Amino acid sequence: MNDTLLYGLTACALIGLGVFGLIANPAPLRKILAFNIAGSGVFLLAGAVARRGAAAGFGGDPVLQALLITGIVVAFSATALAVALVLRLNAVTGDVTLAEPPAEPTDDND
Amino acid sequence: MTLLFDAALVVVLLGLAAWVVLARNAFAAVAAFIAYGLLLTLAWLQLHGIDIALTEAAIGGGLTGALLIGAVIRLRTAPPAAPATSMTLALAAIAAATTTAVLAACVLALPDPAPTLAPLVADNIAVTGVENAITAVLLAFRSMDTLLEAIVLLFALVGAWSLGADSAWPGRPGFAQSAPPNGILAYLARILPPIGLVIGVYIFWTGADNPGGKFQGATILAAIWLLTMAAGLTDAPRVGSRWLRAALVAGPLGFIAVGVFGSYSAGAFLALPPEAAKPLILAIEIALMPTLTLILALLLPGPPQRTSS
Amino acid sequence: MSALLDLWTVVLVSAGAVFYLAGTVGLLRFPDALTRLHALTKADNLGLGLVVLGLVPQVGGVIIGIKLVAVWLLVMVSGACVAQLIARLVRHGSDPAP
Repeated sequence: MNDTLLYGLTACALIGLGVFGLIANPAPLRKILAFNIAGSGVFLLAGAVARRGAAAGFGGDPVLQALLITGIVVAFSATALAVALVLRLNAVTGDVTLAEPPAEPTDDND
Repeated sequence: MTLLFDAALVVVLLGLAAWVVLARNAFAAVAAFIAYGLLLTLAWLQLHGIDIALTEAAIGGGLTGALLIGAVIRLRTAPPAAPATSMTLALAAIAAATTTAVLAACVLALPDPAPTLAPLVADNIAVTGVENAITAVLLAFRSMDTLLEAIVLLFALVGAWSLGADSAWPGRPGFAQSAPPNGILAYLARILPPIGLVIGVYIFWTGADNPGGKFQGATILAAIWLLTMAAGLTDAPRVGSRWLRAALVAGPLGFIAVGVFGSYSAGAFLALPPEAAKPLILAIEIALMPTLTLILALLLPGPPQRTSS
Repeated sequence: MSALLDLWTVVLVSAGAVFYLAGTVGLLRFPDALTRLHALTKADNLGLGLVVLGLVPQVGGVIIGIKLVAVWLLVMVSGACVAQLIARLVRHGSDPAP
């Protein structure tokens, strides 16, 4: 058992946990959290693959590592947009569930 | 010995992730998520991704954590959603187990020796004039990704702003902060900005040759600005303000200008002529830095909420 | 000389780990927010300080050593301020975690 295998398998388990939370948890904010867990699992999996590609004096494949930085930043922007959507949904309907048909949209003065 | 540390770290990471997913209390889940992000930083160090560790600590743990804490507090009054049925739970468990099993099979079947682009980077990094391979990839070898990333960030901010109520347009994002002017928060917001400014610019500047870079540096500057906003010492700018909008598009536009210059001087969009590679990389970074700082900070308060003051 | 420095590192980092352990036990076992804060701030400031001082001889450079100490000072400043903020919230009866 080497370290890349350990982190690679951990990443698979994290993605599984994220998928479970994404489906099982009814609250949208918790779905966002679960999605971030799954996302970090994907990043960690790619990080383990990058580590396996260590060569030419680098501790990991620098191309893949650079793409991971891009990935983390983009994941943050997606999370921020999703949070803004949930907060707006709450402000308009007073609720955060996606299950029922939305209430009449009213002009909120918050 | 290292493997023992790795194993302990992995166990704690999985435990925290399970807590994030399963905790009853949303605030506890967010708190666990922040701890998870910080521990993930250690995992990145173990995988020799120091630049990624810095990004994860700054953005994955810090900024995302602050965003989620703000959201969970504002959603405290919302009624709880109906719990999932046992059918949904069973489906979710099956989907999760299948995903994990398939991915684990893929991990076990990874080719040996692993394919890598590291020798290509090592052969060509001298041309760029920077010594940090990550920076060379982000700004020279795959700069199209970085350009699109900057644009994605801008679109996310535009998307968040467009969720504002009509009555609040074009006002200031977030709610007015009313921290006591002589309180401890204001004290912290007065002593930290000079230090944070130096550290943020240092991380940005050293990113050419050492781990660091514009994203990590911009996040520190954004955090300092958010701290002064939270303490009521500064206020978020109005979303209609001309200087703000100009600054938001200046970074991507500067990047595109360098790209167009490349199609004349080096034969392809975003190509860098070898003799001027380092100055052009620096030009892109300096153009992007203020834009990134503004976007990363303003994504937290979100859409405009107030028209006055 | 290097054996002495190693001994210094082992002793101080171990002592720091003991303070972390004590702080964590306090965080888990103490009954309310104020006592938990007490355990956390005291133990963490001292624990981190001992770890940092223990590591300084190992980093191989004055500048890096100064950076390590700067990390400790920044953590102390922000830790003390955040502890005050949390304590004030608790005293005014609006616990952020319901």
